[in-house]
Amino acid sequence: MSVIVLFMVGIAAIAGWWLSQQRLTAKPWLEEGVSVDLREESTASPQAAKIGLGVFLAVVGSLFALFISAYSMRMNMVDWRTLPVPALLWFNTGVLVLSSVALQWAYIAARRDDMDGIILGLLSGGAFAVTFLVGQLLAWRQLNAAGYFVASNPANSFFYLITAAHGLHVMGGLVALGRTAAKLWRGAEVKQVRASVELCAIYWHFLLLVWLVLLGLLTGWTDNFVDICRQLLS
Amino acid sequence: MVDVPFDTIAGIPAAEAPDVELYHPKSWWTRYVFSQDAKVIAIQYSITAMSIGMVALVLSWLMRLQLGFPGTFSFIDANQYLQFITMHGMIMVIYLLTALFLGGFGNYLIPLMVGARDMVFPYVNMLSYWVYLLAVLVLASTFFVPGGPTGAGWTLYPPQAILSGTPGQDWGIILMLASLILFIIGFTMGGLNYVVTVLQARTRGMTLMRLPLTVWGIFTATVMALLAFPALLVASVMLLLDRLLGTSFFMPTLVEMGELTKYGGGSPILFQHLFWFFGHPEVYIVALPAFGIISDLISTHARKNIFGYRMMVWAIVAIGALSFVVWAHHMYVSGMNPYFGFFFATTTLIIAIPTAIKVYNWVLTLWRGDIHLTIPMLFALAFIITFVNGGLTGLFLGNVVVDVPLSDTMFVVAHFHMVMGIAPIMAVFGGIYHWYPKVTGRMLNEALGRFHFWVTFLGAYAVFFPMHYLGLLGVPRRYHDIGETAFIPASAHDLNAFMSVAALIVGFAQLVFIFNLIWSLFKGKEAGGNPWGAASLEWQTPETPPGHGNWGKELPIVYRWAYDYSVPGAGRDFVPQNEPPARLSAQGAHP
Repeated sequence: MSVIVLFMVGIAAIAGWWLSQQRLTAKPWLEEGVSVDLREESTASPQAAKIGLGVFLAVVGSLFALFISAYSMRMNMVDWRTLPVPALLWFNTGVLVLSSVALQWAYIAARRDDMDGIILGLLSGGAFAVTFLVGQLLAWRQLNAAGYFVASNPANSFFYLITAAHGLHVMGGLVALGRTAAKLWRGAEVKQVRASVELCAIYWHFLLLVWLVLLGLLTGWTDNFVDICRQLLS
Repeated sequence: MVDVPFDTIAGIPAAEAPDVELYHPKSWWTRYVFSQDAKVIAIQYSITAMSIGMVALVLSWLMRLQLGFPGTFSFIDANQYLQFITMHGMIMVIYLLTALFLGGFGNYLIPLMVGARDMVFPYVNMLSYWVYLLAVLVLASTFFVPGGPTGAGWTLYPPQAILSGTPGQDWGIILMLASLILFIIGFTMGGLNYVVTVLQARTRGMTLMRLPLTVWGIFTATVMALLAFPALLVASVMLLLDRLLGTSFFMPTLVEMGELTKYGGGSPILFQHLFWFFGHPEVYIVALPAFGIISDLISTHARKNIFGYRMMVWAIVAIGALSFVVWAHHMYVSGMNPYFGFFFATTTLIIAIPTAIKVYNWVLTLWRGDIHLTIPMLFALAFIITFVNGGLTGLFLGNVVVDVPLSDTMFVVAHFHMVMGIAPIMAVFGGIYHWYPKVTGRMLNEALGRFHFWVTFLGAYAVFFPMHYLGLLGVPRRYHDIGETAFIPASAHDLNAFMSVAALIVGFAQLVFIFNLIWSLFKGKEAGGNPWGAASLEWQTPETPPGHGNWGKELPIVYRWAYDYSVPGAGRDFVPQNEPPARLSAQGAHP
């Protein structure tokens, strides 16, 4: 459980930093009148949707941190047999990186009011993401063909479970991306989709980060880290 | 630290939130059924939660009948008893209390209390309710599937939860896990709304330190729930895979009915860690909104500002953070590393400090206040009493050496019913009696309300206080029939019968309450906009019940905190949050 505890410490640090900016030492019973918050005047407050996405990413992060916690506890048991990671995963990782780059491209284009760039970025980003999902399915089939079934070993079970959870989140992202593309299709202007493109790009980068962490876990690169975490609590 | 000056000039223009497009219903269906208005969604959440809660109430009657008069009722067998326990616990904790506090009170009060027109993502908010309703329906359907609902206990511990000896092994457990997964998805949609609305949609002048404590409680509980529910999601998904695909995440090698099962090597303790990583914050997810509601009720009905507002806020935040590092105190007897027990006992006892601060502050708010013994106030006082009672037995159970002999006895049942059953329900009732006039424009009937309060409070005490003694005697929990033993005297059986009669009477009082809710809707006394003389923003709406968009043309401006009661020199004994200071001084000059 140390991975999730570390994750929560991170969240608590962010929350604590934010709270420290909120004048929690104010004495509201002595203060009357409208507060004029100088920071509010100087910087535009970020939109609700962006904050909402941020909170959602914290939830998704906690979900994957819990998967990793469970993984690191279960892999200690005697029946764990690490499965070979299909080479296809490296190709998929590359595709996911490209997808993220394409979305970043779309975001930069949106800031420059470049409609063609947005369309190109969104479509290629979506296509790469679909390719990634197909690639993951192929990797599943390869493992299945090689006899690594979902229930035959906990390592296999976790592999299928974690990749499925990540894939589902990519699919959810594709829905959001599809809605943004549909808006453009119906003739929306750049400023109407700028925020959506930005949110898609943030979500894509986040999922790429999660995938890299998961890949490290599944290939065993992070075993040392997991060991350190485990020793923290035992 | 940026210096933030406070000016006292009244003539500041109201701020309109430009990027919030208010949704306008076009038909009866979109106004009352598929509504995106947080107030309608709140009522939908509340009615659904209370309806499924009535099912859980009936289950508790059946359990009490069996415990009080074992052998008398042939239609309750051992399997059914376990199913009743499971469904009662699961419904009450998750589908009633969590949904009612966050989905019900949260949806209604957050936009009104922070001065917003609606939640920031109304469409997602609507989806949240419908997914929740689907989760409730899936849960309720388990009563009608072959084999009935699961009897695994509300903690659903593997391996027994999915083995054939447990009732509901066919469909019950699968649908239960599916329902939990749906609930979590639905809650996440709602939870994002509550958090972002508090962060982004506060009206002008509503700083965080001017928020009513109800909002602080619901906000912090929502943040905790968003972070804790994924643990239940992970546990549910993995258990579902163990059941459906035969994986061995949690299932150890075991022999069932003389045959080796297909499972092997899994860790039941892993499930317990995941479950309680959700399960302990869940206690505070239910308690923090109750804390907030009680703070507001006490301040309003004692006509006195809340004592130690800052401390109250800090305590809420501290409890929220600490509650993530105490989960394993539910696992002292699970066979985990004993050194963990020492760590978790320490954190558990530390969490008593902010909790005690809150209790002292409530009592100090009452001290020399102008206490009006209205029905909300009665429930608030009852909350403090039951919460202190349940909290103190929590200190017993938080210590490993005391917990080990008491674990799995009725003492634990008595403890958690006091602290997270009766106490939060008292806050729910207090909150309903307090805000019902705002929701409907009419007061609840006073006589029925007082009857409801006294029967519920005294009756609940009569059920759960003696239960501690049963636990100390060693009467085990989860037993269908304790039968004849050397250590349980005949008087314990008499006590059980007494508690059962009390439980039936308490349940009956809830029917009176439901009747009151419906009757007062049509026949209740007209309430007016602010019957309690409350200072917080939700009582200052131009219309009662608040119209679509809450605030008419202009959003209110907030000039003060929510607790200006009995201010010396003021014309009335309360000053609304949106009353400009200039008018206050004018009133003071010409009384």
